[in-house]
Amino acid sequence: MEAGTPDLVKLEDLRVPGQLSGRKHVLSIQVENKPGVLARVAGLFSRRGFNIDTLAVGPTDDPSISRITLTLDGAVHPIDQVTKQLHKLVNVLKIRDMEPEETVAREMALFKVSAAVENRAEIIQFAEIFRAKIVDVARRTITIEITGSADKIEAFERMVRPHGLVEMVRTGEIAIARGHE
Amino acid sequence: MESLKAEGVTNVFGIPGGANLPMYDAVVDADFRHVQTRHEQGAGHAAEGYAKASGKVGVAFATSGPGATNLITAIADAMLDSVPTVFITGQVKSHLIGTDGFQEADILGATLPFVKHSFQVTDARQIPEYVHEAFHVASTGRPGPVLLDVPSDLFSTDIEYTPRTEPVELPGYKPSTEGNIKQIRIAAKALANARRPIFYTGGGVISGNASEELRELVASDQFPVTSTLMGLGAFPASSDRFLGMLGMHGTYTANLAMDRADLIVAIGARFDDRITGKLDEFAPHAKIIHVDIDPAEISKNVGAHIPIVGDVKQVLPKLTREYRALQTDSGRLEAWWTQLRGWLHDHPLYYDASTDGSIKPQSVVQTLHKVTNGEAIVTSDVGQHQMWAAQYYGFDQPRKWINSGGLGTMGFGLPAAIGAKVACPDQLVTCISGDGSLIMNIQELATSVTENVPVKIFLMNNGYMGMVRQWQQLFWDRRYSAVEMGGSPDWVKLAEGFGATGLRVDDPADLESTMRAAIEADGPALVDVRVTQEENVYPMIAPGTAAREMTEAPGLVR
Repeated sequence: MEAGTPDLVKLEDLRVPGQLSGRKHVLSIQVENKPGVLARVAGLFSRRGFNIDTLAVGPTDDPSISRITLTLDGAVHPIDQVTKQLHKLVNVLKIRDMEPEETVAREMALFKVSAAVENRAEIIQFAEIFRAKIVDVARRTITIEITGSADKIEAFERMVRPHGLVEMVRTGEIAIARGHE
Repeated sequence: MESLKAEGVTNVFGIPGGANLPMYDAVVDADFRHVQTRHEQGAGHAAEGYAKASGKVGVAFATSGPGATNLITAIADAMLDSVPTVFITGQVKSHLIGTDGFQEADILGATLPFVKHSFQVTDARQIPEYVHEAFHVASTGRPGPVLLDVPSDLFSTDIEYTPRTEPVELPGYKPSTEGNIKQIRIAAKALANARRPIFYTGGGVISGNASEELRELVASDQFPVTSTLMGLGAFPASSDRFLGMLGMHGTYTANLAMDRADLIVAIGARFDDRITGKLDEFAPHAKIIHVDIDPAEISKNVGAHIPIVGDVKQVLPKLTREYRALQTDSGRLEAWWTQLRGWLHDHPLYYDASTDGSIKPQSVVQTLHKVTNGEAIVTSDVGQHQMWAAQYYGFDQPRKWINSGGLGTMGFGLPAAIGAKVACPDQLVTCISGDGSLIMNIQELATSVTENVPVKIFLMNNGYMGMVRQWQQLFWDRRYSAVEMGGSPDWVKLAEGFGATGLRVDDPADLESTMRAAIEADGPALVDVRVTQEENVYPMIAPGTAAREMTEAPGLVR
């Protein structure tokens, strides 16, 4: 038989799939709710040089399972390698690389903004536009709670920062797949 | 103890201490043999040597704090070389955890980066379950070390033990073993189309017990084979299809063949930097078939064109069947073999004959092969002697060559030899070592003597930490820094001090007879072989360079 018969696989046709996606990824990781599991996941990221952008951990509807939601940059990290390394942890049950179009992702943030009397109205107006809530008012500051996508929170930050941002706390994104018809 | 018995444990290595006293009390009446080492690191490496020689899970015990931290090097070593091992450490009493109690160390936290999995017992009733899970995780999938940390109060809590009947089920742990048949078919068809294929086989073939399956596959056609350091013996070195080891100190032919190949079939190997050299210039013409049980190894360092995730023992027979069904004409490989045979002829492993009457270290390995008929188990430490042993012993069978590849642990060889001898009491177990390495765990010679585990140590004594010296010579302008051993100890007296036979040889004419005398001596023996001091290991691919830029032995005339 002549090498290169159509039935055979031509070596020149073989390709390695690309490793870097170039976009932000949200990984939703179900883990066993046991001591030390977060340390295993976090330790894996640090020792393999994977940089976590945001991280949120909480219970699920099943008390024996916790969910870790983390975001990372697919332009820098080969997501496939990240998920395969995560899968090697015995306590990791399931990993979902959330598709952006099919995912609802939310983050919460608290902003403490310095608010002299003359600025208050404007800050409150921003909060209303962003459908944020005022949760604390003191003599010199207002504290605002906002929920939304990371983009929305960053936009809000740009609006209030000129007034004097005293402190900001963000939770990191959590995400859930959209329901199907 | 009942759980260990249920797992079929017959041998354990370890040292008692405060926090594991209750377990050691049970050792008195245990059904297994306990080998008391002289340092916990020795216990850990002995467990590894036992596992590598037998294929069974190696077990080591240590107490809390320093006992546990002394195990760490062995645990990391077992992780990098995928050695099935279970380490059981004592911990301070439950109520003292987190208080910096006497001999408390967070061994679970300290070892997280290099265990396959670990458990800390919080309730004595968990012990049987955790023991079974530990053995299951250690020995299945890609093997590795599992740590079980037990607070001392929980060791001595009486529990109801019911023998386990059903297999271990861990929801987050399900290794794929079969290999995707579609991928295997594509691989067979690509192989049938390759003009310059090469099999690059690693330690996974040995830990997967797939030597026979590999030999069958290679017998399907005129395929050339090279092996990593860890894979030696899976394919017979004496076969004319074998090109020798590849990598930093691999043969010219093996490395050039990888450089020129159009298809590389990687089996149970992980494209480590000691294999690839400069990654950008590694195997520039080759497509890659990568068979591995660990999906994370696929495309980690080198992109795989045809990945096959599975157990080599299951995948290789399928690949053999699919390939044979294609009835390919092996004539297409003739030009490749003409080139390979030319390289093999012109670029053999080579060393200059001795000019000063000293014993050439390479000849020590060749003589060892001769006096053992090439059938001994050979352990080694790490350095020049390790590379010479790998290059010149010519392993024909798996589980005969036991060394520390991934972590490169000096001090591994002697305790690993003890472990291997415990696993295979009827075989001759030898340890090739260097004067830099052997001293690092020499206390285990006492274990060899007192536990009646006779191993034969052949020490290549060149007065240096030879590999570091070689690097300082070649890459640091011969500025020797902290590599001279200063003529201490007197190895013969040291051996005798431990109660072993000590011999010395410095004349090449006496080498063979002295080595035979050591092997024939009763009990453990150590031979201080005075070898050429500034001998270098060749060929060598300098770190960060491509395979085709390798340096051969300067005296090799072509």
